[in-house]
Amino acid sequence: MTETEFLMWVRGPAFQVATLVFVVGIVVRLLEILLLGRKGNLAEARGSAMAGGLRTIVSRTWPDRGTLQRSTFTLVSGYVFHVGLFVTIFLFAPHILLIRDVFGVGWPSLPTAIIDAATVVTLITLLAVLAYRLVNPVQRFLSGFQDYFVWLVTILPLLTGYLAFHRIGMSPPTLLAVHILSVELLMVVFPFTKLMHAFTLFMARWYNGAIAGYRGVRS
Amino acid sequence: MAKHKTLLETLQQQGISRRSFLKFCASTASLMALPPAMIPAVARALEQARRPSVIWLSFQECTGCTESLTRSHSPTVEGLIFDAISLDYHHTLQAASGQAAEAARTAAMEENFGNYLLVVDGSIPTANAGYSTIAGISNRDMLLETAKGAAAIIAVGSCAAFGGIPHASPNPTGAVAVSDLISDKPIINVSGCPPIPVVISGVLTHFLTFGTIPALDDLGRPKAFFGQSIHDRCYRRPFYDKGLFAETFDDEGAKKGWCLYKLGCKGPTTFNACATAKWNDGTSFPIQSGHPCLGCSEPDFWDGGGFYKPLSTPTGDVAGTIIYGAAAGVAAGVALGALNHARKTRALKAHEPVSVDDLEKGGGQ
Repeated sequence: MTETEFLMWVRGPAFQVATLVFVVGIVVRLLEILLLGRKGNLAEARGSAMAGGLRTIVSRTWPDRGTLQRSTFTLVSGYVFHVGLFVTIFLFAPHILLIRDVFGVGWPSLPTAIIDAATVVTLITLLAVLAYRLVNPVQRFLSGFQDYFVWLVTILPLLTGYLAFHRIGMSPPTLLAVHILSVELLMVVFPFTKLMHAFTLFMARWYNGAIAGYRGVRS
Repeated sequence: MAKHKTLLETLQQQGISRRSFLKFCASTASLMALPPAMIPAVARALEQARRPSVIWLSFQECTGCTESLTRSHSPTVEGLIFDAISLDYHHTLQAASGQAAEAARTAAMEENFGNYLLVVDGSIPTANAGYSTIAGISNRDMLLETAKGAAAIIAVGSCAAFGGIPHASPNPTGAVAVSDLISDKPIINVSGCPPIPVVISGVLTHFLTFGTIPALDDLGRPKAFFGQSIHDRCYRRPFYDKGLFAETFDDEGAKKGWCLYKLGCKGPTTFNACATAKWNDGTSFPIQSGHPCLGCSEPDFWDGGGFYKPLSTPTGDVAGTIIYGAAAGVAAGVALGALNHARKTRALKAHEPVSVDDLEKGGGQ
């Protein structure tokens, strides 16, 4: 297989398979959760479940002071790499082109220098997060294979993207192919690992808030 | 007689001054990344070079490469260097035809066995020898026979270097590159569709000066010319870095000369000297003229997923896959949901109430 054939396979059939697994996986897992249903609440409502739910989605986005003081590193590093991932994934011109190609909608991109800086910051933060997980006894005790695996499939697209942009190590078509392949790996494992939190996060937050809201409690 | 003249004599005969000749030596040396101290060596070697015998074989090609190398709009030193070689066999340029032409090739091969340069343009068909023949000889046989006595082979153009357009899917003629058939000779791939003339003269100069072939990259191309990507040397690169792109061929961005990446430019994955050496005596190159790079100096550029499709986009119908995937996901999700629901109902039915007495009894046992 020549490098062009490899790139074409990665951009063609492999991307189709990865997309299929990703979409089917996400939809199935969300439906499984939603269709399980809850028993109707017979108690009289003391407040709005919907309002409570929506409020919680927003309120839980900001850490309370106590948590921030207790787990400063976890919180700050968590925010940094999530924002970094958002910037590198959704504000880099070639990525926006892909989104526009598939969904027909696009938006302006950020200069590559900013994307480059965001990538480096995110990479360093992810490495620090791993180091902290290994050093902190509690985190290490709580971590299993999946935690390390998920970390790996998250950092790989970032790392290969950085190498592809700067053309380090291999020929540009191969670097691009390896980068896209690493994203496809991420897409395939996404629905079946803790990465699924990206889709269940706000749903879960809303539910927590809705329970409290129904009882008239501010959460 | 002409064969015994030195290169300098030939050039002088053409009215090229020594000053122009030295300027050519200096610019070629700098193009090939040789140290300035090498300029006199290049000049000395070229002055004394006897016209090297060159046999040029054209196989499955369009003659675009020959056009590119010979059609200078004004006689340049590069062009004259090209004239100064003893081109003993070239379909398009030679006056002789038929038996006489083949006799010229055989004579040149015998006279200069082991020393002549073999230039090849076009790919070689392997599916059927009859697809391309010259004087009844198949391309493959002619290449293998002529390569035997060659000092080095220069594969000119993407067809000879990588198979090119004839090699494009579904490759009906089973076209292959020179390097697919010959492994015991040094091969210099001067890819491009067509390649830049200055690269040919640069390679010839290097060969005449040092008697060796220049440093090559992993695709057999001279590093001096193919060492950097079009993207890295593109004058529109600052627009890419700023995120300023032409969206269509006639929008404001296109008029302002912004980056052509979104219009399918293959500059980031293409290595060639277009952005620096340029074409037509340094006038322009495709991107400067407002068209994205096609990546013509890279293997299989014809099958790279569309000239106007950006590199980062998938080639298949991803939107369709998402719709079908979502539909399949809903069906599977609903089915699994129903199964889970049934399991939950069964579990509830099977649930037997336990009283405190039961628990105490259980605990007592």
